[in-house]
Amino acid sequence: MNEYPLWKNLLVLFAVLIGAFYALPNLFEQNPSIEVSATHRAEVTDATVSKVEETLKKAGIELAGMDRENKKLLLRFSDTESQLKAQSALEPVLGGDYTLALTLSPNLPGWLKATGAEPMYLGLDLRGGVHVLIDVDMDAAIKQALERYGSDMRSYLRKQKIRYLGVKVEDGGVTVRFRDARTRDEALAGLEEEFRGLLLKAGDQGGKVFVRAKLSPREELAIKKFALQQNITTLRNRVNALGVSEPVIQQQGDRRIVVQLPGAANPGRLKEILGATATLEYRLADTEHSVQDAEVGKVPPGSKLYHERNGRPILLKRRVIVTGDQITDASSGLDQRSGSPAVFVTLDSQGARRMRNMTTENVGKPMAVVFIENRTMTKLVDGKPVKHKERVEEVISVANILEPFGRRFQTTGLDSTEEAHNLALLLRAGALAAPIEIVEERTIGPSLGQDNIDQGFRSVVWGFVLVLVFMAVWYRQFGMIANLALTMNLVLIVGILSIMQATLTLPGIAGIVLTVGMAVDANVLIFERIREELRNGNSPQASIHAGYDKALSTIVDANVTTMIAAAVLFIFGTGPIKGFAVTLFIGILTSMFTAVIGSRALVNLIWGGKHRLKHVPIGGY
Amino acid sequence: MPVLTNTHIDFMGKRRLAFMISGALLLISLISLVTQGLKFGIDFTGGTLLEVGYEQPADLGEIRDTLAQGGFGDAVVQYFGSDKDVLIRLAPNESVEAAKLSDKAFAALGASANGKVDLRRVEFVGPQVGDELTEDGGLAMLYALIGILIYVALRFEYRFAFGSVIALIHDVLITLGVFSLFQIEFDLPVLAAILAVIGYSLNDTIVVFDRVRENFRRIRKGDPEKIIDISLNETLSRTIITSGTTLLVVLALFVLGGEIIHGFALALMIGIIVGTYSSIYIASSSVLEMGISKADLMPVQKEGAEVDDMP
Repeated sequence: MNEYPLWKNLLVLFAVLIGAFYALPNLFEQNPSIEVSATHRAEVTDATVSKVEETLKKAGIELAGMDRENKKLLLRFSDTESQLKAQSALEPVLGGDYTLALTLSPNLPGWLKATGAEPMYLGLDLRGGVHVLIDVDMDAAIKQALERYGSDMRSYLRKQKIRYLGVKVEDGGVTVRFRDARTRDEALAGLEEEFRGLLLKAGDQGGKVFVRAKLSPREELAIKKFALQQNITTLRNRVNALGVSEPVIQQQGDRRIVVQLPGAANPGRLKEILGATATLEYRLADTEHSVQDAEVGKVPPGSKLYHERNGRPILLKRRVIVTGDQITDASSGLDQRSGSPAVFVTLDSQGARRMRNMTTENVGKPMAVVFIENRTMTKLVDGKPVKHKERVEEVISVANILEPFGRRFQTTGLDSTEEAHNLALLLRAGALAAPIEIVEERTIGPSLGQDNIDQGFRSVVWGFVLVLVFMAVWYRQFGMIANLALTMNLVLIVGILSIMQATLTLPGIAGIVLTVGMAVDANVLIFERIREELRNGNSPQASIHAGYDKALSTIVDANVTTMIAAAVLFIFGTGPIKGFAVTLFIGILTSMFTAVIGSRALVNLIWGGKHRLKHVPIGGY
Repeated sequence: MPVLTNTHIDFMGKRRLAFMISGALLLISLISLVTQGLKFGIDFTGGTLLEVGYEQPADLGEIRDTLAQGGFGDAVVQYFGSDKDVLIRLAPNESVEAAKLSDKAFAALGASANGKVDLRRVEFVGPQVGDELTEDGGLAMLYALIGILIYVALRFEYRFAFGSVIALIHDVLITLGVFSLFQIEFDLPVLAAILAVIGYSLNDTIVVFDRVRENFRRIRKGDPEKIIDISLNETLSRTIITSGTTLLVVLALFVLGGEIIHGFALALMIGIIVGTYSSIYIASSSVLEMGISKADLMPVQKEGAEVDDMP
């Protein structure tokens, strides 16, 4: 009666073998590594390899291994210290043509690599890295859209030769004022035809006759969606330009973006690049009017007062020649004549045409480059944080136009090579569709990541050993069976996590530890039941059978409730907490399998066939 | 090893005493929660936290001075785990963008230590995110309790559902009470631990209830009080062993898991101890007090079934 059909034994064997195979890669060490990848201007060649080797040799850093894959070079090191040293040694040598990304790479033997099996994916708290949560300013996105609609309406009315008094964006809508109701009604009919995304309403109040336009809910949703998608694309471009291996850029909720950058060592620079809104504008200088007059408030209508970086005031024409949107490519370098940091800019065809026309007409006159940046500051007002935005506009260079400009030209006046580098990166990656703000950051340095791995690993091993010893002492041979089941359970958890490539976090490890403690529960329930049946005078075989049978419903009931808790954690948890929920959930499932079916298979194999079994080796009863 | 078997402990007879003990613990917890509340970590309050590592034992006074010179006069500086690890909490600053506080502070520390300082961890949580996490945490706990209530009511009987939920609220409140009373920092991992405790403590309770149900159906003589006592005694060794093994591993986590996981492991330890006690004394006693009887747990007879058997 205590014999399993062959298929059940095979099922257990098969599950354990599969689990063991996929768990295997986790046994190999993960080396701190640097991934060298070429930007679009360069390639990884033999020369690169020898350059890297030479540099590392000169710096006295030992290389544990090197892999070369078409456009990438993977350098392995034995510890994080030499990895970081190597990064700072290589950065100046490889310069702007290559990006260096810190990463962890498993040192798998070739045959295992060929099967595609991979170790568990370590979360940022274990491998080190930067996690930021970014909030997209949707109000600003809506406002920008309204401004756009406002100017479109203006030009439509002008084209239709309908006279209007004014177009103004206010209270989350656009108001167009007219002289009389007849013109308004005429305009309304035309506008309704032309702007289908808007809800238009005629109105008059206090003698004012106007059309009020609001975004339709569908249009509003579309604008928000577009702003989010566009920002994700821009952020992805920026992250790619930074050279981070395996970055994660994901939408969270309807206005947030999660960016996870494993192995990123300089969170300050990363955040600056992610949130930056820096761009350039090219304007003609106004030389006809006096700067002194403008400083005391008499700014001529067609001009605007700016300041240079050294604080000197300058008047610029309001009309922009070219904006940052029209820049298609940018790179940083040094100006050949002065040796100062410069950005080399390429314009799109429309921008290039405007630039050529304007510069041809204004040869000999000064042109200025304006550096624009938006910053969100949080200030404490009466103890409560209040956000406000600051727009910084600085003139970084003014130079006389010597000859007409073409598609490509250079801009100088930047403070440092780093600033030139960052600006080029931002111009290349494109602008953000709506302002963003970092609302959460979790950075784990590489050293803490390694500590977390070590400590997590140690607590799993010790917890596991303690439970094994206890079970062996308490339940004797049956305890050993439970221990085998527990080992199978651990192998299965690790195997499944590796197959799923689920992220293993520190709380995830805690989940595994907790599962180890709780997983024996099912076996304890079964064994106690068997002891009870034996005490009631039942035969050994009958007791084993009844023990497994009767304990089953209890085991299922008890575990389903824990699974409910794990599922709730998964739904509401963020980041690392989700990791805990996942391991807990998987652990409960696998523990039920190994404790009920796995241990039964073993018990059946060992004692099941003995019809005259007199004694069950399950400790005293 | 025949320990804890064939016990005949009069659990239900002592339920008044248990209610009194639990009542006292709950009262202390509630008073502490109301008067001094929880010491919420930055996950919930929002704020900036920085952990840095030095090669040599660090001088906190020196670090405070350096920070003060950098404009972070109201930073809270303390050791974290060892005297080479320092935890710094930064207050919001007027002149610096909130998300960039940590970078400025670290730059100041790096400059004064000649770069011999290692950035180990940065946590920055904006105020609105903190509010959301608090809300989500509360909701998570609520939904977990409701989900469990429904499952237990379906599988057992409504009195058991209430009994188990009373025990769970008891466990959660006392665990929170300990965190409040000793002003131990309450962060996201601790919240996760409390949700895990809900699942775990229920595990124990369900095992007992399962046996109670079985015994109600099996044992013909004896009043509910007696039958519950028998059930508790029968499951006692299992309850103690499972709690014991789980405590063992959580202890390993507490001792070896490092500073970050401390609060998490502590919450689990408290929860497991309180949860084991409550599944023995509180859950079953509550069911008894709500007047459970044999008739409530008899399997429902299907009306048509018997008719078919008639000749």
